[in-house]
Amino acid sequence: MDVMLILALALLLAWPLRAYMVGIFSGQKHWSDKVFGPVENGIFKVLGVKASAGMNWKSYGIAFLISNLVLGVIAFLLLMFQHVLPMNPDGIGPLSWDLALHTAVSFLTNTNQQHYSGQAQLSYLSQGFVIVTLQFVTPAMGLAVCLAVLRGLMGGRNSAEAAEGEERDLGNYYQDTVRAVLRLMLPLAAVVALLLASQGVPSSYQASPTVPVLEQGQSLTEQKIPLGPVAAMVAIKQLGTNGGGWYGPNSSNPLENPTPVANAIETIALVLIPIAIVFMAGGLLRQRGFARMSLAVMGFLSLLCVGAAIYSEQQPNVAFTGLAQQTGNMEGKEVRLGTDLSALWATLTTQTSNGSVNAMHDSLNPVAGLVTRSGMLINAIWGGIGCGFVNFIVYVWIAVFIAGLMIGRTPEIFGRKLEKTEISWLGVLLVLPSAVILTFTAITVAIPSITGNSNPGLHGIAQVFYEYTSAFANNGSGFEGLGDNTQWWNISCVIVLLLGRYLPLVIPLVIAGLLAKKRQIPVSNGTLPLHNLTFGVTLVTVILILNFLSFLPSMVLGPIGEALELTSIAGDLK
Amino acid sequence: MNTTLIVHAGSESALSSHHAIWRPAAGLAAVMLVTCGLVYSGSVTGLAGLLFPQQATGSLVLVDGKAVGSALIAQPFSSDVYFHGRPSSVNTDPMSTGGSNLAPSNPALRDRVAAESAVLTERYQLAATELPIDLLASSGSGVDPHISPEAAALQLKRVAAARSIPSDLLNKLVEQQTEAPQWGIFGQPRVNVLLLNLALDKDFPLQQSGGSASAQ
Amino acid sequence: MSNALAQASVQAFVKLQPQLAIKSPVMLVVWMGTVLALGMTANSVINGKDYGFELASSLILFFTLWFANFAEAIAEARGRGQAASLKATRRDLTAQLLRESEEPIAVSASQLKAGDKVLVEAGQFVPADGEIVVGVATINESALTGESAPVLREAGTDHSGVIAGTKVLNGTITVMVTAEAGHSFLDKMISLVEGTNRQKTPNELALTVLLAALTLVFLIAVATLPAMAAFVGIELDLLMLIALVVCLIPTTIAGLLPAIGIAGMNRALAANVIAKSGKAVEVAGDIDTLLLDKTGTITFGDRQATAFFALPGVAQSELVRGAVLCSVQDPTPEGKSVVRLAQEQGAAAETLPDNAQFIPFSAQTRLSGVQLDNGEHWVKGAADAVKKWAQSRGLAVPNSLDPIVTKVAQQGATPLVVANQQRILGVIQLSDVIKPGVAERFAELRALGVRTIMVTGDNPITAGAIAAAAGVDDFVAEARPEDKLALIRREQALGRLVAMVGDGTNDAPALAQADVGLAMNSGTQAAKEAGNMVDLDSDPTKLLAVVEVGKQLLITRGALTTFSLANDVAKYFVIVPAVFAAAMPGIAALNFMQLPDPKMAVLSALIFNALIIPALIPLALKGVKIRAISAEKLLRNNMLIFGLGGVLLPFAAIKLIDVLLNWMF
Repeated sequence: MDVMLILALALLLAWPLRAYMVGIFSGQKHWSDKVFGPVENGIFKVLGVKASAGMNWKSYGIAFLISNLVLGVIAFLLLMFQHVLPMNPDGIGPLSWDLALHTAVSFLTNTNQQHYSGQAQLSYLSQGFVIVTLQFVTPAMGLAVCLAVLRGLMGGRNSAEAAEGEERDLGNYYQDTVRAVLRLMLPLAAVVALLLASQGVPSSYQASPTVPVLEQGQSLTEQKIPLGPVAAMVAIKQLGTNGGGWYGPNSSNPLENPTPVANAIETIALVLIPIAIVFMAGGLLRQRGFARMSLAVMGFLSLLCVGAAIYSEQQPNVAFTGLAQQTGNMEGKEVRLGTDLSALWATLTTQTSNGSVNAMHDSLNPVAGLVTRSGMLINAIWGGIGCGFVNFIVYVWIAVFIAGLMIGRTPEIFGRKLEKTEISWLGVLLVLPSAVILTFTAITVAIPSITGNSNPGLHGIAQVFYEYTSAFANNGSGFEGLGDNTQWWNISCVIVLLLGRYLPLVIPLVIAGLLAKKRQIPVSNGTLPLHNLTFGVTLVTVILILNFLSFLPSMVLGPIGEALELTSIAGDLK
Repeated sequence: MNTTLIVHAGSESALSSHHAIWRPAAGLAAVMLVTCGLVYSGSVTGLAGLLFPQQATGSLVLVDGKAVGSALIAQPFSSDVYFHGRPSSVNTDPMSTGGSNLAPSNPALRDRVAAESAVLTERYQLAATELPIDLLASSGSGVDPHISPEAAALQLKRVAAARSIPSDLLNKLVEQQTEAPQWGIFGQPRVNVLLLNLALDKDFPLQQSGGSASAQ
Repeated sequence: MSNALAQASVQAFVKLQPQLAIKSPVMLVVWMGTVLALGMTANSVINGKDYGFELASSLILFFTLWFANFAEAIAEARGRGQAASLKATRRDLTAQLLRESEEPIAVSASQLKAGDKVLVEAGQFVPADGEIVVGVATINESALTGESAPVLREAGTDHSGVIAGTKVLNGTITVMVTAEAGHSFLDKMISLVEGTNRQKTPNELALTVLLAALTLVFLIAVATLPAMAAFVGIELDLLMLIALVVCLIPTTIAGLLPAIGIAGMNRALAANVIAKSGKAVEVAGDIDTLLLDKTGTITFGDRQATAFFALPGVAQSELVRGAVLCSVQDPTPEGKSVVRLAQEQGAAAETLPDNAQFIPFSAQTRLSGVQLDNGEHWVKGAADAVKKWAQSRGLAVPNSLDPIVTKVAQQGATPLVVANQQRILGVIQLSDVIKPGVAERFAELRALGVRTIMVTGDNPITAGAIAAAAGVDDFVAEARPEDKLALIRREQALGRLVAMVGDGTNDAPALAQADVGLAMNSGTQAAKEAGNMVDLDSDPTKLLAVVEVGKQLLITRGALTTFSLANDVAKYFVIVPAVFAAAMPGIAALNFMQLPDPKMAVLSALIFNALIIPALIPLALKGVKIRAISAEKLLRNNMLIFGLGGVLLPFAAIKLIDVLLNWMF
């Protein structure tokens, strides 16, 4: 079965990738130094940083935030003034300020939520230069913060010589980011881009050719086949958990995802780095057991969701009852892919905070719709590059706090105590998703004039809920029917995007920085083991219950209610 | 490890050293715009164009040296002499691709499908529940170039009649044009409607001249 | 006890005051929900509408609050009860205050200040905690410890501390007061169990924060519902929403949290351990390393003669006679045990001639013995001391001596060599007798991840043998008092949390350095000040109990938190279908418990939510039973009982309540 093969290939490829990632991020000498060392040294000279100089959590966090601010301002200005800047052969006009702001922030936060309409509203400069750059840099920045958090968990790079309470070295932000782009993202993206081009993804700066259609005398007499440096962008769109495609309907468009093999490559690219990060964490933390447990937990939840989604899409779409063959739900799907590969993609893209689609999520059957939302709400099954594993660690912290008590010790992780300060920060992260997603959803649906829903009833709420969930989870997939290019949608999503990106990265960095300084208690019989089935099950329970408890009531007014409604409709139709 | 640790005692001192904070940030943005936006995009796109010139430029299908469409993009067909593709919510315009975005619960979807189903049951004299789903469900891109082999089989008799050719000959052509799952495992079996219709025109040319037919 | 219950019931009402309710964010939400529900009831009454559901809900919400308060009050009452029995002894004590060059004047104990000196004579009660500066006395501490055997307390020794309320049996002592009335250890302990002044412990605070965060999540989840419901034209019932919030927020653990903390202190107090802070008890659960003095903790402390080994060519009876002669007048337990062993082996009772001269043990000679009129001279002592003594008299040291001495030492026993003026006779084996059950205790601790380190002044060979027999993980031999401090620092540098027992003044720095320092009540004031717990029984093995009390406290907290959250799953499936029942008939599919009436279903969930608090009070007070198994098994067991059980139990219980309600009304 192609689904299993794709998943197996992704795992198989992630394993060697992990060794490479451990090599380039552990600070040891690595063969790739010979290839990239000179270029990197040149870059560090331009940046004026000493790459070997470590940073504590404050410096690291400030460097992360400031570099994002600078990049964001540049991106916003380039988008604002695309109509007067070069590389605009089609004479595409300016974006409104709020759309430019939303687009800049959306790509800056590794979300790639698109309120502009596909390729028609962006110039080549905006698309190929600004957006592609952000698609490379933002996952690298997320990965950098993840690396810092991991180093913090082990007491920092200077843990051997630093005293209790002394500031810890969490690495150099600029070195981490530059390496992630140069040594990881760029080579992988180049390979994937060429593979995709071989399958038919356009790769050209030529003007788009116009061809007459075969059967004349219809309302459409000719087609303009849109080209561009599409393969280059699609590669990093998939690899960097970005999701923002070249064409409107993303990878359902045959130009963006021409063949089932291209689809397999893109699906693997979608989860490759997120899976490799789990393996990598084991190597960097020197906690193989912990990595195995993480892999098992994520793998279990992922497969559970994949299974549910595939099953769901193999069921007929209720709207077709009695009107067509009672086979799988093909509304919004492509024939070459069928239901299974579409359901697989829908599940993985929402789990990894990627957000690219190869089928229309609006038209998914309710269970698959629930799966996609759960993937985004949990946001730690593989998750976005860097931020996914950081979110996972946040769940681990919460599980450790509760489970740790049950073994009769004040909770600790890797020998360091979770105390009130850390729990207070965790509390903020705990409240944040529901505070942001539910509050904005409630406000938006309370004022029907700003809602912009294309579907009535419960699915209308589901559309709004999905949009904010997707923004908060930095996913970027959307129910495309939503009329979302309005000032309200643009600005409210900007707020949600920023809250959903920076707090969930910076707060764990703070916690890791605080933990790193603490006394490390050696492992004993009385230590809570994080590598076994018992803790794995505990963690899965914590992840599920926390999200279930936070979002069940609103889900009843969304996908759950819809599913129940459909069940009764289906009953009536029969 | 021979590292020095930058430790800011408080954020004030950290922020006071503007130089140490803004310059790397600006430098990073500049370097990355050049590396990723220009060098990467340019070199990869150029290389792909060299290696795969046909695929890189939109997989255009040439007949007598003239482009008649893209193998990846569906074209609209409504005449009886052609096989028809899937419903498109964008009239198969590749510049404005997209799906219907109608939820299963949306009455608009049911209405659309009901209308289309009535047309097809009438046309093919079939119970509605035997209609292949892909002829009723609109595609995600709106330009899905394929239909299922069942959908092609359904249309076979109609096209054969319209072109006055034996069904089994046409059946052979359809079988030729049916693609198995790629590499034997990936994806679904499918028929590319544009390529099938082009082969149809080549093997069984229409009586009327002027290339494209319009039977109505 | 019924009196305590009545008291607690009243206290539970007192605690309803808003300024007290505000201390727990979770219960504050319930409090506000109750007020709101009461308001709605009143509104319905005024408007002449049916108010049954409103009134019932209000009452149940009120009882949820009251039960939570009751849990805290009953724990406090128990603690106070325990403390009061200790405190009773000190009421109306009078003190003979000594002023310089004046006769003692009688003052009330409550007027004493730290630094005052008081005279206490035989038959009088010690008026305040303090330290003996002059004199020696035997004291009955049974009022505090329940132990009736009197104890000896003496100025200038490691046993100079006295506690208020204990009775001097004989002797006259001058005591320097160290704690003013209201600031004694006992007072501190009492304040730890009394709600009003109780400081939350660090972990309790962290958990409170987590529970507050969860509460906020649920508030948001429910508060945003009406707007969403309105979008699809559904109007939700406010009271149902209040019920939903109250059932979801972790009321069970929040209601029991103070009781669990107080009960932990109570258990410490029940073990006659006075903790100076709740934190100390909590930290006890985390201890990685226990530093244990060999003497008194692992062994009985008095070494006993267990065998005589005569040298080749010496008659056993001669050795035994010599040993007895040396020991007849020896008042030490060792000496007495030699005589006892000789008698057990059938030796004739020796009486010393009248003018025999006993040579007591001294630190310089390190031997004791007897000199008789007839020139006979018998000594016993450490091997090297006796050898030196023999050599100084020109006696030969037989080659056969050392192997015997070594053999005895290797068995963890102490060899005492016996000699007379003519020759060396043989060896008495003094064994340190290990307390029964100690090895099992250590094995249990090891299973829980606690290492034990034995500290002893013995030589490494002796120490090693005892360590092996007692099953400690490590030992430090020939330890000087300052070695303890160094050892604690070393362990702490490795990240471990260390607990130790001490009584002497020179233990004070180590007690202060240790994460848990348990001072013996019999110890000096300095030791008691330095430690963060005091054991009234002065029983060093109490440290093991303290570790268990700490672990139990944390496990109970974690288990009930898990239980509380797990309960929510079932409550969701009761209330959510009820809330939407009218507007979304399809929701009945979620109502798989088949509760027929939405209002009854909500009331059933609320009743369960309220009743589970008193149902768990016994567990909160007693603590979850702790077993010596690995952390993983402990977690698995508790997850199964409190996690899985917490998911399943409410399904059954709520269904049962619902059936009852529907049958009654």
